[in-house]
Amino acid sequence: MIYLRLFWEFFKTGLFAVGGGMATLPFLQAIGESTGWYTYTDLMNMLAVSESTPGPIGINMATYVGFTAAGIPGAVVATLGEITPSIIVILIVAAVLHSFRNNPYVDRAFYGLRPASTGLIGAACAAVVLEVLTSVQLVAGEGGLVKAPVLGGGSLFNVPGLLLAAVLIVLTNFAPKKITGLHPIVFIGLSAAVGVAFGFAGA
Amino acid sequence: MNEKNQFRELWELFWTFAKMGVMTFGGGMAMLPILQREVVDNKDWATEEELTDYYAIGQCTPGIIAVNTATFIGQKRGGVSGGIAATLGLVFPSVVIISILAGLISNFADLAWVKNAFAGIQVCVCVLIFNAVLKLLKKSVVDKRTAVIFAAVLLGGLFLKLSPVWFVVAAAAAGIILKNLEAKRA
Repeated sequence: MIYLRLFWEFFKTGLFAVGGGMATLPFLQAIGESTGWYTYTDLMNMLAVSESTPGPIGINMATYVGFTAAGIPGAVVATLGEITPSIIVILIVAAVLHSFRNNPYVDRAFYGLRPASTGLIGAACAAVVLEVLTSVQLVAGEGGLVKAPVLGGGSLFNVPGLLLAAVLIVLTNFAPKKITGLHPIVFIGLSAAVGVAFGFAGA
Repeated sequence: MNEKNQFRELWELFWTFAKMGVMTFGGGMAMLPILQREVVDNKDWATEEELTDYYAIGQCTPGIIAVNTATFIGQKRGGVSGGIAATLGLVFPSVVIISILAGLISNFADLAWVKNAFAGIQVCVCVLIFNAVLKLLKKSVVDKRTAVIFAAVLLGGLFLKLSPVWFVVAAAAAGIILKNLEAKRA
């Protein structure tokens, strides 16, 4: 049953994604891959909408993915699945607050968890960059463990996309603080306008 | 506390956090100033120090940081049911807003200009994720060993068809082992 599956997948995401909303991205990619509910490209669109609407990004993404998989009940079930482990873990931590704060094992585990979480988001980033800006895809064979690069159709590089990405990297990192400090929704809006003006989808 | 008062208390938690859910744009860090104003200044539900503690713990427990913090404040105010009420309040606006938007967007997804707009937006999302990784790198890769963990998980995550769960479990174990060895040597 799809609702049970949704709840379980998002329960795992809520339990193992460490470091907030963006840390759920690699889990959502894995869910899409294993269920076929949505593609990488769909997920990118969901992330853009989640960044541009009120509410925590992680929750917005869970709701959106749930909606995509199974409509409004799916949205509710996915969100509940994602917050259930949080509620359980925090209620336990709150009960043993003092010993949790002073437990050396928590610190030690997080010494390894933080770079791993960054690595997972980095891998998700590389996968979407390949998907959006090149025709290279990483594909695992049937039942295979290792993914190999495969050339899709069309030109190797999405040149207009790469140009826009270069401009955005400069604007968000190297421009004066007045520009780099702008809310992401500004850059998302700008990119939408560029996409429409230059027919990015070729549509 | 009688039943009616308890219900009112839970409703107030739900409603206050629902309002904060609407005001939070971007999640995580964006929420802290709003929490300070509502929870510390207006409602007096927690002190500044408690909030900072909850927030720090919310960052180093699994799940969405804003959700973890909401559960913490809610349980302090109203026990287990308070924690649940606050958390449900926080996510309520997201579920409503995203469901409406997702429905609308799927109706217009086949229009040419919508496709072009999303093709542009996808490029922007790549850059936003890339920037997020850069920012996290500074905080998480603090020495050679964390650099190795980062690189190993990056490559593994990209080229192996494995659930991220395995990387998270292995990294937590690696952190404990590495730090234990260090403690023994010292």
